[in-house]
Amino acid sequence: MILAQAADEPFVVWSWVWSHTDDIWAATWEHIQLTVVAIGVGLVLSMMLSVIGLRFPRTYSPITWVTGIMYTIPSLALFALLVPVTGLTFLTAEIGLVSYTLLILIRNITAGINSVPPEIREAALGMGFTTRRMFWEIEVPLALPAIMAGIRIATVTTVGLVTVTALITYGGLGGLIFRGLNRFFNTEIVVGVVLSIGLAVALDVLIVLAERALTPWARRRVRVES
Amino acid sequence: MEFLGDVVEWFADPDHWSGKSGVLFRTWEHIQLSAISVAIAAGLALTPGVVLGHLRRGGVLAVAVVNIGRAVPSFGIVALALPISIKLGLGLGFWPTLIALVALALPPMFTNAYTGVSQVDPAVTEAGRGMGMTGTQVLWGIEVPTASPLILAALRVSSVQVVATATLGALVAWGGLGRFIIDGFAQGDRVMVFAGGLLVALLAVATELAFSIAERLVIPKGLRLARNGGV
Repeated sequence: MILAQAADEPFVVWSWVWSHTDDIWAATWEHIQLTVVAIGVGLVLSMMLSVIGLRFPRTYSPITWVTGIMYTIPSLALFALLVPVTGLTFLTAEIGLVSYTLLILIRNITAGINSVPPEIREAALGMGFTTRRMFWEIEVPLALPAIMAGIRIATVTTVGLVTVTALITYGGLGGLIFRGLNRFFNTEIVVGVVLSIGLAVALDVLIVLAERALTPWARRRVRVES
Repeated sequence: MEFLGDVVEWFADPDHWSGKSGVLFRTWEHIQLSAISVAIAAGLALTPGVVLGHLRRGGVLAVAVVNIGRAVPSFGIVALALPISIKLGLGLGFWPTLIALVALALPPMFTNAYTGVSQVDPAVTEAGRGMGMTGTQVLWGIEVPTASPLILAALRVSSVQVVATATLGALVAWGGLGRFIIDGFAQGDRVMVFAGGLLVALLAVATELAFSIAERLVIPKGLRLARNGGV
């Protein structure tokens, strides 16, 4: 009965979309917040773990091993394992989301910093840079393209994973998709999925623009060459 | 700690293991549908990937496919597969899950097959041609074996992702291990939710390990040495 109705229903009922723009915007905004917090916290943690891994090379493979297992565990399973500890809360969602960013970010940060030419490091040390200053003022800026590439992948992946967190928080664009599934209402499903894809693409473009602004020397070099 | 005791008790109860909604049957269901999906996706995506890679054409397509594949959330694919399946008259459960899982596994398969074959050192393929090998012989004798590590990696990545996403099939009324999680949430049974999470996590890690071991056994020795020395 319900299935027969659902089969006749169009994919998008536009009148519903126009009368629910407030709900849709609220869900999108929540989605953005969940994503940005996850990437921010993930970046800080990954930076710390990468510094540890670079300073003490023996710790690098255990770090990637543990974060690799976290990355392999399916998102829904991870949330299921966290719920008994932290409940049906945004904290549960964020712990899960952050844990998925770690492997991607740590790999890119470490690869970027390891690719800094040794002669540049030696020149910096010769000029009297301390290791800390060399890290922040030379290694990190030079590794920026690799780090930004990691942030892009992590962000796009996180936007997708946030839809799953709706199972525990009922929020974000995943909330729309869930309600659509439960009511066999295609419009909510399509709106949720399309906006989630759009958000991933939009954030990706924003990060590319940010990278250009942060690495003016890369642009200058291209201009000189061309 | 009391909670973990409850979980142990849950697993110790023989009723949770037997029957159509027991752990054993659900695990079998989960593995079966995942394997079918990966096989269909491999059948659909590997040949075009290998052929386009051989012709060195379609690089833009390969990059676009992987980017789109990453931006579309797996949960979104499962959710969209439901109205599509209903419109096709295939109903709930098995079909929407299968459609979603195949769609999910296609991009990494195609792109890795393409990248693997197109990045074979031209010096090697030219040497083959110089020895009088035909295009087909170059493809099967040189390019595909050389690309085998990437193709196998694609199978591993796709399979792990498919096993993970098959969990979401429970949301469109399919079975599999996701049932324990979704039903547990619906009934407020946190012990069952946790048990389901544990089972899915174990299956995903086991899939990853099984494929890693298979890769070690299958990849030609020469390539393994070259890879370890080179990278």
